[in-house]
Amino acid sequence: MTSEAIQERLKTIVKPYINNQENFEKLSKESDFINDLEINSANLVDIVLDVEDEFDIRIENDDMEKMTKVEATVEVIQKKLSQK
Amino acid sequence: MKSSKIISKLPYQEPFLYVKSIDEVSEDSIKGSYTFKASSWFYKGHFKNNPITPGVILTECAAQIGLASFGFYLLSQQRDIDLEQVKLAMTSTNVEFLKPVLPGDKVVVEAEKIYFRFNKLKVSVKMFDVSGNLVLRGELAGVILP
Repeated sequence: MTSEAIQERLKTIVKPYINNQENFEKLSKESDFINDLEINSANLVDIVLDVEDEFDIRIENDDMEKMTKVEATVEVIQKKLSQK
Repeated sequence: MKSSKIISKLPYQEPFLYVKSIDEVSEDSIKGSYTFKASSWFYKGHFKNNPITPGVILTECAAQIGLASFGFYLLSQQRDIDLEQVKLAMTSTNVEFLKPVLPGDKVVVEAEKIYFRFNKLKVSVKMFDVSGNLVLRGELAGVILP
């Protein structure tokens, strides 16, 4: 799957948790979940669990810690998909 | 970990401890109870001359059993930690209140784990009165930091 396709699916996943609509609409690789999209840190766990369901992958603690921005999250997903 | 030990480790005390007993606990669920003392501080004001347990207190009771006590148990099963140092924060509540709970009433709280991952516990919770009537139901979530 291309990183663009993953990013598009990730955008749908994060939508219910965002608190900054303007930054969500112009979401890019650089977008930071907490600082730009103003997602509550407790909801980052829900995003990771939704990512697991959407892509049928399992994310561990060390990967979870990297998943604070769109680009790093896409990279984690791509890595996990390639290991399947 | 024994249920009496769970309660003694909780970071609450009077007048804000709303767990009396933990009767069953496993990897998947917990069951506990509490009896609302007629002398509790909040009945004087909620409501004037018509004491009814506030929904926010029922939610707290459900959370102290379904999130805090359950979380302490789950954490202690995962690793050997000092529970005195654990920090708790409730992060979401989505509950419905179906029947009033009056001064002196005993309630039973049952919570089932939805997930416990990355230090976040989410449960589906139900509270019953002594007649078995459902008085509260919903979902609660919180973070538990060792």
